[in-house]
Amino acid sequence: MRLRITFAKTGPLRYIGHLDLHKIWERTLRRAGLPLAYSQGFHPQPKIQIAAALPLGFVGREEIVDVWLETDDSPPPALDSIQAAAPPGLTLLSVTPVAERAPALQTQVVAAEYRVVLLEAGAGSGLERKAADLLAKESLPRQRRGKSYDLRPLIQALEWQGDSLRMILSAAEGATGRPEEVLDELGIPVENTRIERVRLILKPAIE
Amino acid sequence: MLSPAEIEARLERVLLTVQKPGRYVGGELHSVVKDWDSVAVRMAFVFPDIYDIGVSNLGLQILYDLVNARPDALAERAYLPWLDMEAKMRANGIPLYSLESKRALADFDLIGFSLPYETLYTNVLNALDLAGLPLRSAERDDSHPLVIAGGHACFNPEPMADFIDAFVIGEGEEVIHEILDAVQRVKSQSSKVGDVRPSTFNREKLLRELARLPGVYVPRFYDVAYFDDGTIRAVTPTLPDAPSVILKRMVARLPPPPTRFLVPNIDIVHNRLAIEIMRGCTRGCRFCHAGMITRPVRERSVDEIVAAAEAAVRATGLEELALLSLSSSDYTPILDLVTAIGEQFAGRHLTVSLPSLRIDTVSVDLMERLKDRRAGGFTLAPEAASERMRRIINKFIPDEQILAAAREIFARGWTTLKLYFMIGHPSETLEDVQAIADLCKRVLAEGRRALGGRAKLHAGVSTFIPKPHTPFQWAAMDTEAQIRLKQDLLKRQLRDRSIKLSWTEPEETLLEAWLSRGDRRLGAVILAAWRNGAKFDAWGDQLRFDAWTSAFAACGLDPAFYTHRPRRPDERFPWDHISSGVRKKYLLEDYRRSLAGEIRADCRENCYACGILPAFADERRAHPGLYWKCPEVKSPKKPALSDSAVGDSSFAT
Ligand code: SF4
Repeated sequence: MRLRITFAKTGPLRYIGHLDLHKIWERTLRRAGLPLAYSQGFHPQPKIQIAAALPLGFVGREEIVDVWLETDDSPPPALDSIQAAAPPGLTLLSVTPVAERAPALQTQVVAAEYRVVLLEAGAGSGLERKAADLLAKESLPRQRRGKSYDLRPLIQALEWQGDSLRMILSAAEGATGRPEEVLDELGIPVENTRIERVRLILKPAIE
Repeated sequence: MLSPAEIEARLERVLLTVQKPGRYVGGELHSVVKDWDSVAVRMAFVFPDIYDIGVSNLGLQILYDLVNARPDALAERAYLPWLDMEAKMRANGIPLYSLESKRALADFDLIGFSLPYETLYTNVLNALDLAGLPLRSAERDDSHPLVIAGGHACFNPEPMADFIDAFVIGEGEEVIHEILDAVQRVKSQSSKVGDVRPSTFNREKLLRELARLPGVYVPRFYDVAYFDDGTIRAVTPTLPDAPSVILKRMVARLPPPPTRFLVPNIDIVHNRLAIEIMRGCTRGCRFCHAGMITRPVRERSVDEIVAAAEAAVRATGLEELALLSLSSSDYTPILDLVTAIGEQFAGRHLTVSLPSLRIDTVSVDLMERLKDRRAGGFTLAPEAASERMRRIINKFIPDEQILAAAREIFARGWTTLKLYFMIGHPSETLEDVQAIADLCKRVLAEGRRALGGRAKLHAGVSTFIPKPHTPFQWAAMDTEAQIRLKQDLLKRQLRDRSIKLSWTEPEETLLEAWLSRGDRRLGAVILAAWRNGAKFDAWGDQLRFDAWTSAFAACGLDPAFYTHRPRRPDERFPWDHISSGVRKKYLLEDYRRSLAGEIRADCRENCYACGILPAFADERRAHPGLYWKCPEVKSPKKPALSDSAVGDSSFAT
């Protein structure tokens, strides 16, 4: 059985990286007593796929993971039973079975929505204008690891909401926009912010 | 003092600028966050190294559970920040804080340091400093937390006597409650209405109460007098209630093992469950500190271990289980245990490790039963390679037995065999070291016969330290030059692509030796070394040997005095007022046997009257049967003092 779980990653888990999150899922499901499916071979690994790595320090409001169980029993396990086994900071939002052969989750993510809270008082003044100016530009040429790219087409939405910045950035393979880069364009030091990934936007499912 | 909210706000600004910020935030499954104001006593446990090393410490896990099980107390944890985080904390005025509630350590009633080994001492000073507390016990007043320490290193508490208010000698499971009760009692008597600092208590009064508790050593109530040559003349209690000899605490029946292990959210050094299958060891290896100070042997039942393992696996989801003891093969129903564990966890993706196996083919069978699909290396510890040395250290395993075990290990598909040796045993010569190289080559040849070029040997060679409370405490240890000569021989001899040789740098060994054998005068040296920048001394690459040598020089002490000097049989050691229950007379006699090349078999078969039974006769009487591996005590109670007075010099020859 393949399960798709949406979850929030908050609190202390904000400081936990992608690989460690894999382990946290493995242990949570083991504690919940679910029969995780493992790969074959010398170092069997549980079959767990996280939709998109969440950078260290980001809060995740609605992340997605697929896990495979060695059972086809329906109904699927109850959300509460998995939640009871989860560590502080991991909150389950939904648990749904998906087709065994559905495409890999990582290939389905197209964009992500972010919310950026500013930690310095008064840092939001003038941001509405700045955001509009940025959006008005045709291109935003930048360098990332020595390669030049254009950030502008990766920004799908950007607006100041009075208490935080909201942005939707492209998150497809080879075309991923990062909130830090947008903040840099706006002249906001990243250490003065708290970044949340509000949700992942998937390709519409083809029936 | 910063509030938890202020500390958290400052942390948020620095955490993303340091390596592995997950070390500094807590939030692990099974960490306990109690309402601060709902309890009378608050304790912070500190493991004085980084999180990655400290969080899996079994002793602290046990005590953390015990304190938090009390409705009237809470326990939280802190570890040392790594260098990058320490710099940020100092720059941003963040004091050392507890992971659970982000409270400054200075807010707690008591701070308990875990000291399993000596090279953590400068980190203790660094922790106190980061907590904003005066380093020396004498400089702390009623407003400061009580600072206590426990762990194997505390069997010689003197080097840290200036900094620690009270030491727990021996096992902490019972005495921790007595200490918390005392703190609570004194606190309730001293808190006045309208006190600014609610944790204020009468320190002097509390220390006096603690000094009366069995197994608790309060150094400020003991005077040390020296002879002109620097050796100890006498250690004298200055309080009528303080005992002249502090006998360690020993738990007659081991409490149920912990099962709700902290599950770290980040990868750490030992990401595993650990269940003690027994405590103590009867083998009597003469170099072994742990083997002497943890007697008597007490074994848990197979049922208790399997049930605890099951509960722990369910509660944590961890993938690895270590069945711990000093000598697994000596656990009486070892075969039953391994079979039961194998059956219980078959197909559940659990790796089980069973360290410290005897070197024989039975051990290979045992490991085979536990072996999951992951086959790693196999580890054995012959410790010495010549017959003469094996007699001296009382670990006698003939070459043929080692080779037979190696043959079996390689034949069953393990490709790497790890062998642990120790150089520098008393009276060791280069020939004895050569024997180590020869044995390694013969073992590898066995591997090549079975597996060809795939066979690998890992030789781990440590250096002997004449530890307190062991039969070798009278021996001199090798000088740096001698150690290097021996290590060079091994490096020359074991140059082979299939052999990995690892060793301890002589500086690390020497420092550990000074700190483990030191007297009270070492406090000034530790302080000076810390001021010179010494910390994380247990991390080979962080050790700053020059900080130590200049600290010794500044204090006018010669480190060689502590380590390279053979001792008179009647020398009074700095730790003689601390008793492990094993008599000094027995240790001396065993040392003499060693020099005569006499072996002593396992004392389960034949009690040698080491002193444990008279010291703990009441406990044995109250717990008859096979749980303990010492004989039963039938005789009526004798006055305890004459039996346990280890420090007396009446045995002097
Ligand atoms: S009292 Fe006897 S059996 Fe017990 S540890 Fe000592 S020598 Fe061994």
